[in-house]
Order: sequence, then structure tokens, then C-alpha cells
Amino acid sequence: MDALIFNKSRAGRRAFAQAPRNAVDVDIPQSLLRPDRPRLPEVSELQVVRHFTRLSQLNFSIDTQFYPLGSCTMKYNPRACNALAMLPGFANRHPLGPVSYGQGFLSCMFELQEMLMSVTGMRGVSLTPMAGAQGELAGVAMIRAYHDARGDHERTEILVPDAAHGTNPATATMCGCVVRELPTGDSGDIDFDALKGAVGPQTAGIMLTNPSTLGVFERRILDVAKVVHDAGGLLYYDGANLNAILGMVRPGDMGFDVIHMNLHKTFSTPHGGGGPGSGAVGVGERLLPFMPVPVVSREESQGRISYGWLAEDDLPQSIGRLSGFMGNAGVLLRAYIYMRLVGRDGMRRIAEYATLNANYLQARLRDAGFELAYPGRRASHEFIITLKHEARRFDMTAMDIAKALLDRNYHAPTTYFPLLVPECLLIEPTETESKETLDGFVTAMMDIAREARENGVRYKEAPYKMPVRRLDDVKAARDLDLAFRPDADEGRET
Amino acid sequence: MPFIPHTEDDTREMLEAIGAASLEDLFDEIPAALKIDGLDNMPDALSEMQMARLMRERAAMDGAPLCFIGAGAYEHHIPTVVWDIATRGEFYSAYTPYQAEASQGTLQTIYEYQTMMTELTGLDVSNASLYDGASALAEAALMAVRSNRAVKSKQVLLAPGVNPVYRKVAMAISGRQGLTFDYLPMNPQTGNVVFDSLDDDSSPVAVVIQQPSFLGTLEDVDRLTDWAQARGAHVIAIVNPTSLALLSAPGRWGAGGVDIACGEGQPLGIPLSSGGPYFGFMTCKQKHVRQMPGRIVGRTTDLDGNSGFALTLQAREQHIRRSKATSNICTNQGLMVTAATIYMSLLGYDGLTRVARQSHRNVARLAAGLCGITGVERAFDGPHFHEVGLRLDRPVGPVLDALAEKNILGGYDLSAEHPDLGNVVLVCATETKTDDDITVYVDALREVFASSAV
Repeated sequence: MDALIFNKSRAGRRAFAQAPRNAVDVDIPQSLLRPDRPRLPEVSELQVVRHFTRLSQLNFSIDTQFYPLGSCTMKYNPRACNALAMLPGFANRHPLGPVSYGQGFLSCMFELQEMLMSVTGMRGVSLTPMAGAQGELAGVAMIRAYHDARGDHERTEILVPDAAHGTNPATATMCGCVVRELPTGDSGDIDFDALKGAVGPQTAGIMLTNPSTLGVFERRILDVAKVVHDAGGLLYYDGANLNAILGMVRPGDMGFDVIHMNLHKTFSTPHGGGGPGSGAVGVGERLLPFMPVPVVSREESQGRISYGWLAEDDLPQSIGRLSGFMGNAGVLLRAYIYMRLVGRDGMRRIAEYATLNANYLQARLRDAGFELAYPGRRASHEFIITLKHEARRFDMTAMDIAKALLDRNYHAPTTYFPLLVPECLLIEPTETESKETLDGFVTAMMDIAREARENGVRYKEAPYKMPVRRLDDVKAARDLDLAFRPDADEGRET
Repeated sequence: MPFIPHTEDDTREMLEAIGAASLEDLFDEIPAALKIDGLDNMPDALSEMQMARLMRERAAMDGAPLCFIGAGAYEHHIPTVVWDIATRGEFYSAYTPYQAEASQGTLQTIYEYQTMMTELTGLDVSNASLYDGASALAEAALMAVRSNRAVKSKQVLLAPGVNPVYRKVAMAISGRQGLTFDYLPMNPQTGNVVFDSLDDDSSPVAVVIQQPSFLGTLEDVDRLTDWAQARGAHVIAIVNPTSLALLSAPGRWGAGGVDIACGEGQPLGIPLSSGGPYFGFMTCKQKHVRQMPGRIVGRTTDLDGNSGFALTLQAREQHIRRSKATSNICTNQGLMVTAATIYMSLLGYDGLTRVARQSHRNVARLAAGLCGITGVERAFDGPHFHEVGLRLDRPVGPVLDALAEKNILGGYDLSAEHPDLGNVVLVCATETKTDDDITVYVDALREVFASSAV
């Protein structure tokens, strides 16, 4: 590892240009003041620039590597989206400023709501959830509020397929629901008979991802919707895989009552090393009164258009507020800019070429001898290979191949998810990658497998070429070291 | 095709390799009845040049008013370095650091961030951040319910200075799990809690204390912490990180220090940007770490025995524990934390103290100037940090509207949330305001008060 910023600290050094020069007195009683001196770094501006530039270079990123991380949609983040969202009028706008100083921003947000309704086929959109998981929370909370408003208080069970993302069951629990898992059939579709047996007067709803996390389209989706609706439940759409169907099919047409969208996936806002995300929610007719606030409104009077907010008074049945202000406004702006750059026809091309890239990569890896988890199926924008044979014959696990890929300058696909496929890699190339890049990845995968097969190479200790070797996760959890303490650090190697 | 690199030859060769005749064939598993021809209500694509022009026009519509609003989001100088470095592609376009060996930059940055937040708050451990300050309170309350096993109630008591929006958010996020959030009584003279009327028989699972309070006042945090812990409650502090350059760290409040501290990280180098993305921070005592929500980075060793960083304690999280996870949260605000870590490194304790002191002094000058106008007075007795409540002799709304006409955002109208306090406006002046700016505001308010319009 590189030295910590704290190790570069020298008493009395600082970036003098960055703070007020005058020392002024404070009029606060001594009893409320802090007697101690927190140990923040004491470094120069150049040291800061060099330290964090150097740290950035230790990362893989979309801008530097192919990043086929399944279910994460790691596509190119257009630079214009960042530059235009950071224009001073937007960046400096106080969230509690009057709408008279926000018509530019609000017009973008209103149009974003409209465009998201268009691609999803929903009747209303609230932009306020700050990440996919918060969008899920909003969705399940709306489902519960809907049943409660009808006096249907017994509906507390949420159905979740066993292949679902972990946030689905975790969210249902946070909303005070009971989770009931549904098995997946051999071909990757939901076990339809199990579904029919599971629904009843206790069913609040079902949470589905379609295409599913197995990388295939749920072919009986209309039947699933009918069974759940007939039983009195509602359908929740996890928008993690919306990229696969943009402009082709709409969740609203499939029968979903509520969806969340991961704007940081489908609409290419940056992942930023783990956030910020944005999890806007869309709803059908039945859930319109329950949307989280605020929502952006538009009014036209005497030829003049003005934008404003809908809050608790306008939506008295709303599930409430999920953030201190209106959510991740800057992320929403980036998504808006991206959608305008892509436009109507571009939306469909995203789905087409994301699907083309996935099916091409799937075909090439299959031809190279890798086993597909669902060989009879068309891939959506992602697909799964299973390394169970390689694990048995060469002791080469999914984790090993992931680490071996890092040494070949490719980010690893998603490993060990979905949990029901053994030794799996979930691979999502996205539409912004070229054929040459995909071919290069296939070559790397073939090399890794051939080295294992022919030369007995094992990857237990890979990676070798990264800034660090394989890390000891067990030690990390056992001997917790979560913050630098100079006293505890003396004598240890840094 | 924006951002799609395929040539016609590429597409043809790829379809051949797949064994499909057309792109349309790739969607043959989707029921035909569901397919749509095109999108309604979706505009045609713009070039970057067209888009840049549109966005410049829209940004200009939002103006550049002189802003004296705080109320949870604060205008501070943001050094150029902060976003120049944070938007480097290697930070900006990286994913969650699940592949630790290929993510040491992000991981070390978070470890340094965690260290800085524990130093500022005087507590043992920090997570890698939550969505924002309001949702951090919701998560802190849920965490207190999990960790305070001695108390069976799910009642959370709030000091009167807790931001009312934070309460709403906490209820929306955690209400379904049975948590309740009730305010303790307020002394309208001070804006702080009335100790004499506290109910000594109550047994809340947690007590939340915001310092500085939403009203701009400073609470007797030591006494309130001791009161809460004496009845078995865990104490949750909501703090402004800039203020911690001056004010007592939550880890030292009262005899025992608070259990959890959280708050809005925006003042640490994040633009106001209409309310987000910001980040919520959370720190706690070591003994509560396994109940903490969100990602946590730890230092460990690699196969060669060298130090490195990895996500740790993942057994708490949704991707492992599913329905039994500590939270459904699956992101931190990584990029915002990167910016904040750079900001804190540049400022250091000394720089942050200067920012805090200058802000404190500026709002004192502003308040003194405004109180020189007949019909304006301080709403609360006692000390402040960088926000002050002022009581007007007339309704606040029209006054703020009239100031906005003069390109001044004069503050936050407290009378909507606290009608009992009368016509109170909350004003803030950070280090970004000059003495001239303050004079402009004072003169403008004098004019507004002199006119018959409000």
C-alpha cells in the first residue's frame, strides 16, 4: 500500500490558500468547546494532489479497463454529463431556495420524470430515492400503504425469487414484511406452480427483476402478473436490468405496479467507487397517491409555464420523505443529460447492442469451452457461465479466475451471484464496448483456462501484478483495523 | 449512435457468430404482444454542442443569488483540487471495491475518510458513509434498537433542536418496524430542551441530540447525554462536521460519550446542488460496530504480508444476510466521500477551525446588523454557531419574497414547522460572505421593512 496521508503529515504545514486568513475569536462558552485537537492531516496542497492522484491510479475503472460486472451495467459515463451538471447555476443552487431561482433545474427534473415514464410505461415518477435499495424501500412501502388504505391489513408477505438480488429480501424486512422465497425452474424462469401455490390473502406483492438476475427474460411474465393480481397482490419491478429492454418492452405493459430504476446503471451516471446512485421510482395508476415526496410539478397559466414542488399537502397519502431535500439532484441531472444525448432512437439501440454484445460474448465463450448456466436460452444483456467442472478438475474456482483476469488487465465479472448457480461468473459487457474488447476478453479467458489445463497453473495466489496480492479477508474481519491510530501503528510496517 | 462503437461489419460478424439473422432475433424470447414500436414523449437526440447550449441556458435561469440560507445545507468554499481530483476517471467511473486488489485507491481513501471522521467525532469507528444526513438518522435509530438490548421499547426521543425533516425521513424509513419519534419539550426562549419538565419515568431506546440545533442554538449536550444514559437510552448525536472544529466532540459528551454520531457531510467540500448528492456519515463506539449499517473498510495484509485494504464485516450486509441484514443499504456515497477526504486533507484541523470561526463571526455580524432594524430581534437567548434565528414583527414569507426580488435569499422560514415560535427566520452566513455582502443584506432588509409592501 501507499503511505497514508497521515504519515505525510508535519505539524504546522497546511494548504494556506484554502482557508480564511484571519484568526477570529469565538463567543461560545468554554464548556461547549472541544478541548482536544483532532488529528487531521497537516499537508501541503501539492502533497494532497499527489497523494490522491496516486491513489486513483491504484483503481480499475471504466475509463481505464473493461469492466464486465454482471448486474452493474458498467458502461461509459459520458464526460459532458458531469461538466454540464456542474455548471455554477446548478452546482450552487441551495435546495431550499425559492422556485423562482430554480426554473432551469426544475424544468430538467420535470422532463426527466416524463422521459422515465415514457421508457417504463408507468403513470407517475418520483425522483427522490437516493439509490436502488431506497427505491425498493419506497416501492414496498407504497405497496403496503396501498393495502392499508383499503383496510387490507393482513397482506404482509412479499414473494421473492431465490435468484433475486439481496436487497429485495432485505428491503421487504425493513418494511416490516415477511419474505417468502420462490424457486427457479430448470430453464431459469420462475417455478410457476410454486408461485400459484404461494399466493393468497396474505400476499402483499412480488418483487421481480426482468430480465432476471440469471440473464434471461421471464417468458411467462403476463401469466405471473395475472396470478399475483388475481390473488390481490401487486407487482414490483426491480429495474437493475432495465438496460436490456430499453425502448423494446416496458415494465408497465408487463403488468408491474411499481418499479425502481437504477439511474447509475441504465442512464450511465457514474458509480463513483460505490455511489452515489439514484433510484427513481415509477408507479401505475393504483399507487399514484402514495409516491414519496417531493415530486416536480408543472403549471401553465396564461401561456406561461412554471415548475414547482408537490409535497405532503398535495399528496396526503404519500409514504413520506426519504431524504433531507429532494434526493440526489446532481445524479438526476446527469441522467437527464445522458437521456437527451441518446434520444428516442438511441434508447432502443442501447438495448439492441447491449444484447448483441452479451449474446456474442456468450457464444464465443461457449465455443471456447466454457459451460453456460442456461445454454438453451437467449442471453439478455448479461449471462452466466459456471466453472463447476474447472473447480473440480483443476481446482480453479470462480474467485481464482476473477483474480487471474485482474492480472490480464480485465476487471472481473460478478462472482458467486446469483447464489443458486455454483462457481458462477455473471458477465455483462454493456453496449459501449467494442468487438475488439470483447475478443480480447475471450482470449484472456481462454489463456487462463489453457494454462490451467495444459500447464497445471493454479491461480490460488493470483493476482500477482496488482498493487497488492490477494488480501486476507478473514484477518480483516477478525483483527479489526478500521481507522489509523498512530500509537497502535508504531512498529508495524506501513 | 451515441456511445455505441459498432460498425456495420462488426454487427454482421457478431450476429453470424451468434447464429442470429438480425438484432430483432435476439429478442425472440420476449412475447410479441409486449414489444413496442417506439417511445412516445421522448425527444430526439441532441449533439453535445446542442445539449451544452441548452444546459447553459437552463443553469443561467437559476441565477446567482446572494444566499443566506442554511437549514441543513451550507455554502462553503470548495478548493479547486477537490473536484479536479475526485472526477478523475479512476475515481469517478470505478465501481464498489468488491475486487479489493483492483480497488486499493478507493479503499485506502475510505480508510483515511473513516479515520478522519472518527477523529472529528471522537468515536472509535466509522462506516464508509450513508446516503445523506436525514437517512443516516433513520439508520442510526434502527441501529440503536438492535444494539440496545436492555431496553425493549422502540421509542426514540428527539431533542427539540432535531431537524423536523430528519424526523419525517426517519419515520418514513423505519416506521414500519415500529419505531416512534417524539420531541422533548422546548423552552421557546432558548430553543433548547426544558430539563425541569423531562419525564424521569420514560425509558426510550434512544435519545437524539442535534448540535448545533436546527434552530441555530447550542444545547447543553453534556447534561442531556447524562440524562438519557441514566435511563438506559443510547444517545445519537447529529452534528455538523464543520462545527466540530470548535465544538465538543460527541464521543466526549457527558460522562460516557454518545453511542452513535451521524450527520450531513455536505459541508465538507460538496456543492449545494439542489440537495444532493451529499453523504451521511456515521461513527460509533467500538462495541456497536457489528450493528452498524453500510460498508466498512478495514486494513489487513496480503499474501506477502504487506498492508492493504478490503471491505470487511460484510456478514452484516444484504448481499450475504439477505432478509436478516442490518440494512438493505447497498451503496455508500463513494464519490462524495472521496471529495470530502480531499477537502479535509487540504483544510486540516487548522483550516477547518478557520472556516468555522469565520462563519461564526460572519453570522454574528449579520445578526447584529439585522437586529439594528426596528422590528427585528434575536429569537433565542444563548450562543450560536453559524446560524441564528431572528424574530420579525411581520410574516416571514412576504419578506423573503421581497428580498428574493433583490437577488438575496434571506434565510429559511421557521414559522412553517414552528408556528408556535412566531415569525422566525433562520439566517446563515458562512466564510464565503464578505462584510460587503452582509451590508447588502442589511440595507436590503431595511428597505423592505420601510416599504409598505410587506
